[in-house]
Amino acid sequence: MSHKESLFSSKNLKLLRDPLGANNPITVQVLGICSALAVTVKLEPSIVMALSVTAVTALSNVVISLLRSYIPPRIRIIVQLTVIAAMVILVDQALKAYAYDVSKQLSVFVGLIITNCIIMGRLEAFALGNKPWPSFLDGVGNGAGYGMTLVIVAFFRELLGSGTLFGYPVLEKIGLYKTGYENNGLMILPPMALVTVGIIIWIQRSKNSGLQESH
Amino acid sequence: MKGLRKFLDTIKPNFAPGGKLQKLHAAFDAVETLFFVPNKTTRSGAHIRDAMDMKRTMITVVLAMVPALLFGMWNVGRFHFMSTGEWVDKTFWDVFLFGFLRVLPIIIVSYVTGLTIEIIFAQIRRHEVPEGFFVTGMLIPLIMPVDVPLWMVAVATAFAVVIGVEVFGGAGMNILNPALTARAFLFFAYPSKMSGATIWIAGLGKGEGVVDGFSGETIMGYAASNRLSEMPYSVKDMFFGTIPGSIGETSTLAILIGAFILILTGIGSWKIMASMFGGGLLMGLILNLFAVNDYMALPAYQHLLIGGFAFGAVFMATDPVSAAQTERGKWIYGLLAGLLAILIRVLNPAYPEGVMLAILLMNVFAPLIDHFVVEGNIKRRMKRLQNAKA
Repeated sequence: MSHKESLFSSKNLKLLRDPLGANNPITVQVLGICSALAVTVKLEPSIVMALSVTAVTALSNVVISLLRSYIPPRIRIIVQLTVIAAMVILVDQALKAYAYDVSKQLSVFVGLIITNCIIMGRLEAFALGNKPWPSFLDGVGNGAGYGMTLVIVAFFRELLGSGTLFGYPVLEKIGLYKTGYENNGLMILPPMALVTVGIIIWIQRSKNSGLQESH
Repeated sequence: MKGLRKFLDTIKPNFAPGGKLQKLHAAFDAVETLFFVPNKTTRSGAHIRDAMDMKRTMITVVLAMVPALLFGMWNVGRFHFMSTGEWVDKTFWDVFLFGFLRVLPIIIVSYVTGLTIEIIFAQIRRHEVPEGFFVTGMLIPLIMPVDVPLWMVAVATAFAVVIGVEVFGGAGMNILNPALTARAFLFFAYPSKMSGATIWIAGLGKGEGVVDGFSGETIMGYAASNRLSEMPYSVKDMFFGTIPGSIGETSTLAILIGAFILILTGIGSWKIMASMFGGGLLMGLILNLFAVNDYMALPAYQHLLIGGFAFGAVFMATDPVSAAQTERGKWIYGLLAGLLAILIRVLNPAYPEGVMLAILLMNVFAPLIDHFVVEGNIKRRMKRLQNAKA
């Protein structure tokens, strides 16, 4: 029997760490953009969305990884979708049971996690060819990378668009409105989410020359 | 002028490579070439000698805007004193000075914000400060309501320069007109300060001693709420510009003087201006055919006199960077911009003025128009070649 790899070997940790930086699903792979635009008006739903996607990605990765030797390649997409759909329904039910208000805010977007390209991408690119534990880490890592970008975008959109953070009126408390400041209505509209994501990509690429396309 | 030259020569070594202030080289360069023709010669490539470089071109455009700007300043004062009921007692210079002092801060904020950002980017990217902002910096104040808070002007200018221009690689690479980007940003970000009946006249929002019954509503406002019959302005007012509106947009006459300068010097495309006016007129006539309300029945030529139509057609749509480049493309681009501007204005009550959105939309489509014009050209020539062979 070969040498058993430790649970948190450097190779495994890399699976967790990479999606947070140089292989971020949103800013580098440019996947899952639609939901990043839709749910990031406020921080709270963004965090719930991030956790939901992380849970679905990690769990479906594990299930597909366990089944990977038994899935006929020609119908793998159908199998993957079935698994993802099952996980999404579980998450949706859990949200409805324990976080009903946020669940109502997120409305269709929880259901639409099924169509989130990140999940399908990880199943195809990773879980189909790797063992359950690394697949789990990969799912958690990518979910966290997605969630991180979501939270950054939502932080700026909620602060500049509504003047609050987690619903707490930060700007009002520090007395900014008395100086003539006004909330930026454009931040609440989807185009500004795209611009914000674009700025994050810009900053990330100017710091990490490995990500710059040559031309 | 000699003293200035001497001063610049004394401080120049500090900015040369190796000098103390080497980092601010781009800023120095921008100031120096603003006052003096650069003494550098082209070392490679084409050697065309022409006094008409980018800086002169841009300054000509700014000059073309001066009539609209001066009229705008006077108009700001005029409407302010009309709102307070002091209009009869005031001399021309009282009125002009009031407007001048209200408009000047907006111009300063726009230039300082924009040039600071341009200089920072020029430093980082190691190129000279591009000239494009000379025009943008003047266009932005002209399309603002006079009571706009200065910090909003700064934020919008920063947004336009960074997101509208620099992300695409700097001046000349932008797909959207930067000044309109700034205005669109404000329009969607702070609608309460960019639309309504009280923002167009200095002091009206705060109610500084306003006489009873005075309305600062623009013609667009009357039209959008279907009260054109109550509107107190005549066609003469619309043409000469004694109507409320953004600072530089009201006087069709002043804008036409600018258009004359632009066409005479060959800087602005007369094809775009003509086709955009034509498109606006055409849509006005089409709407007249289905006139179910006063606005749709408005005589088509009056559409060209009100709102920002003339200003947009002369100074915005003709921006050589964001407009169509091919000659046939310019006709199509202008025509569609004119058609859309009036269509949006009349049929969509959420947007009382459609010129900004129409031009921005056509900016996006300009490369596509050019593409099809060029493709069509290639096809026609191929056909000609095949016919010649046969």
